[in-house]
Amino acid sequence: MSPLLFWIFVAIMLFFGGMVVLNRNPVASALSLVLSFLALAALYVSLDAYFLGVIQVLVYAGAVMVLFLFIIMLLDLRAESRRRVNFPAVCGGFVVILLFIAVLSDVSLRFQGGNAKFQAIAQGPQGDVWHVGMVLFQQYNIPLQVVGTLILVASIGVVILSKRELK
Amino acid sequence: MTQVLLFALISLIKTLGLIFLIILPMVSYTVYAERRVSAMIQDRLGPNRVGIPLTLFGLQKDIPFFGLVQPVADAVKLLLKEDFTPNHVNKFYYWLAPACAMAPSMMALAVIPFGSQLWGEPMVVANVNIGVLWVFAVSSLGVYGIVLAGWSSNSKYPFLGGIRSTSQMISYELSLALSVIPIFMICGTLNLSEIVRYQTVHGWLISPIWIKGISLFPLSINGQEIIHSFHILKIILWIPLFISFIVFTISMFAETNRLPFDLPEAETELVGGYHTEYSSMKFALFFLGEYAAMIVGSAVIVTLFFGAWHVPFLPTAIDDPYTFWGVILGLIHIAAFFVKVALLLLLFIWVRWTLPRFRYDQLMRLGWYFFIEIALVNVFIVAVILPFMRE
Repeated sequence: MSPLLFWIFVAIMLFFGGMVVLNRNPVASALSLVLSFLALAALYVSLDAYFLGVIQVLVYAGAVMVLFLFIIMLLDLRAESRRRVNFPAVCGGFVVILLFIAVLSDVSLRFQGGNAKFQAIAQGPQGDVWHVGMVLFQQYNIPLQVVGTLILVASIGVVILSKRELK
Repeated sequence: MTQVLLFALISLIKTLGLIFLIILPMVSYTVYAERRVSAMIQDRLGPNRVGIPLTLFGLQKDIPFFGLVQPVADAVKLLLKEDFTPNHVNKFYYWLAPACAMAPSMMALAVIPFGSQLWGEPMVVANVNIGVLWVFAVSSLGVYGIVLAGWSSNSKYPFLGGIRSTSQMISYELSLALSVIPIFMICGTLNLSEIVRYQTVHGWLISPIWIKGISLFPLSINGQEIIHSFHILKIILWIPLFISFIVFTISMFAETNRLPFDLPEAETELVGGYHTEYSSMKFALFFLGEYAAMIVGSAVIVTLFFGAWHVPFLPTAIDDPYTFWGVILGLIHIAAFFVKVALLLLLFIWVRWTLPRFRYDQLMRLGWYFFIEIALVNVFIVAVILPFMRE
């Protein structure tokens, strides 16, 4: 992949990631997050992980963020944008960011396995969907089934909780 | 480096040719067809006057030409109308929304194989392994245009239209994606070009007819007769494919906001729906986006179920694609693809002018209670049948 493209997409992703926090208008924040997701998907695609990239767009940009936007639009946006900047909270946020960067750099400097090169995804006729499927259903079959059951239980729980209020 | 440049140039030519020479004219003539067919169904005449305007050059009479020049007149009208931005709107998003509604449907065209080859060049802009997932992903972004239009207009009816459209598109995306899983299980790939190749060998996925080339199951492979491998399971496999065709097509109607599911812009309830506050070319962009989405939807249906560019009884490839006949064959394949798309568009139009609109709760119930379950059971049935067929 061209390093130039990598830096362009990283710049887009980080810029809009910052805009999510900095925008006072929640709709603008949500749309910035969508653009950030799209740039992340472009990074996946540039690593030949087409499937991951397209799923990123389909699930996060296409479904999750649409629901977010849906909810945000039902809020009173004027009250939201009138809110003043809370300086102690901003300072606290910066402290958390610095701490997080410190921990992250410490871990990644000590992690020797991170220096090893990963094997490239084999670009056969099957493509990366095939590889993802093989790993999921052969290596991690039981965890996959467990996660599926958990999600089913969670969605049934949501239905029951929301129905109870109606009665 | 020159190879990269050549690739970029060819892709650019394919993209521009597809959009400006085929899709955009097709959009405007779909609008024309919509008006003529609706007129025919309602026993009216429809736009049949605009032709070659000879009176402009001092002659006595115009040539009406069945009104075929009407789209040009429409385009001129839409461009010249006053572009009015109401005061109460959220300007930035109000301007952004029409572009967001238009762009995704154009992007989705990238993976559609709209022809076999021309001068040895495959007629698909991006031959990627994720194929139809790209179409779903990009068209799921189309909802942003409608949501933003509804929200930024800052008025009741557009907002209700936007809300309706969001919930409708999210609901039907599920059944849309689930209904085509059987196809990928049978073909074993997500790549649309590979699915088309499967159909050129094994017959269109929709067709139960028992003729070589257009049947689901060939009478011969590589010249060897295989009638003796007749298997009842192979006929049974046609049933889930037909179910997935029905579910996919009806969900496509809902996804493109067409009647009987056009609740986001139900005129009797919501004035104009999400584009109530729009005028001139901004309105035209929503209009174009809607029709382009319809064309993309038909193109996906044609690719998945009707063999895309494949013409029965015609060779799928010729030895030397650079000869005259090779080029002719390529052009015939492209024409065949768009003829099939046009026939499906006619179906879209016909349904719009013959069926009444659904109620909103009926629409949601149809999506969540019936289509998703039917599609899931369909996947299960194919999963049960396939191991027996593979022996």
